[in-house]
Amino acid sequence: MPTFYGTEVTSRLMLGTAQYPSPAVLADAFRRSGAGIATVSVRREAGGDQAGQDFWALIRDLGVAVLPNTAGCYSVREALTTAQMARELFDTNWIKLEVIGHADTLQPDPFGLVEAAAQLAEDGFEVFPYCTEDMVLCERLVEVGCKVLMPWGAPIGTGLGLNNIYGLRSLRAHFPDIPLVVDAGLGLPSQAAHAMELGYDAVLLNTAVAKAGDPAAMAQAFGLAVEAGALAATADPMDARDMAAPSTPVFGKAML
Amino acid sequence: MKIIVNGEALEPGAPTLAALLDDLGKGAAKVATSVNEAFVPKHQRTDHSLHDGDRVEIVAPRQGG
Repeated sequence: MPTFYGTEVTSRLMLGTAQYPSPAVLADAFRRSGAGIATVSVRREAGGDQAGQDFWALIRDLGVAVLPNTAGCYSVREALTTAQMARELFDTNWIKLEVIGHADTLQPDPFGLVEAAAQLAEDGFEVFPYCTEDMVLCERLVEVGCKVLMPWGAPIGTGLGLNNIYGLRSLRAHFPDIPLVVDAGLGLPSQAAHAMELGYDAVLLNTAVAKAGDPAAMAQAFGLAVEAGALAATADPMDARDMAAPSTPVFGKAML
Repeated sequence: MKIIVNGEALEPGAPTLAALLDDLGKGAAKVATSVNEAFVPKHQRTDHSLHDGDRVEIVAPRQGG
C-alpha cells in the first residue's frame, strides 16, 4: 500500500465526503469501498446549526485517515489561512492543497500552487498538491517540499476520466519514487483501474461515487477496480501490437 | 463596534474573539477562526481583541472532495 509522508495507508482509494444523498449513504459508501482516506473541508456553519459537529462525529466513526482540503481557494493567502484553520480543526499536518486558477475548469493555478506549497512545507505541513500533469510544475512542487503529487485526470466533477494518458505515464516514469495519485475527473471504475495500470499509487474521487444512483455500490466497484488495476500493474502487462497473433497453437491443427 | 462575522454584520458586546464565540454558542464547538484573513489559533482567542470593522470567519469541519 502507498506511504504518504511516512504513513502507510490501508487502501489505494481516497474518497471525498461531499454531495452524498445522506450521511448514512456516505458511511455505507466508505464501508463498502474500503477507502482509507476521507477528504474533508472547512466551511462556515449557518447560524446556530451543528452540521459541522455532526459531520465530524460521522467521520470520526468511519475510522479512516482525514485529508482536509483548501477547495475553492483562488489566492495563496486564502489557501494558507484555510490550511492553518484545517490543521487546527483536524489535528493533522496533511493538507490537500488546491489553489484554483480558473472558474470554468477548476484547474490549478500552477504559480500560486508552488508558492503556497513552499510556504506550507516551510510551516511543517505535509502537502498533497492538486496539480496538473505538467512535468515542470511537478518538479517545482517536489523542489519546494512536496513528497506526494496529485495530478488531475480531468477537471473536477466532469467524470471524463484520464484526459492525458501520455502525460500521466510520463509523470510516472519521471518520478518513480514519489507517490502519485490521480485526483479528480474520474467517472467510472474502469478509469480508476487504468490509472492504477499506469503505475499510479492511488486515486482520489468524490462525485463519481456520490452522484451515482447507488453510491455505496459504486464505491465498492471503485474499490475493486483500484485493486484490480494495482495488481495488473505488478503483473507485467503484455505489450500491445498492431497485427493479430493467434493465441491457439497453429501447430497440430487438422488439415481439413 | 460593528464587525462582520461569517459575512453578516454584528454589533457584539464581546471584547475578544473567545467571548464572541461564547456569545454565539460556539465556545465549546469544534471550530477554527480567522480575523481579517489571518488565522487566529485557539489558544490566542482569549487575548485577541476585536476592533471596529474586523472580518471574522468561524469555520467547522464540513464535507469536501
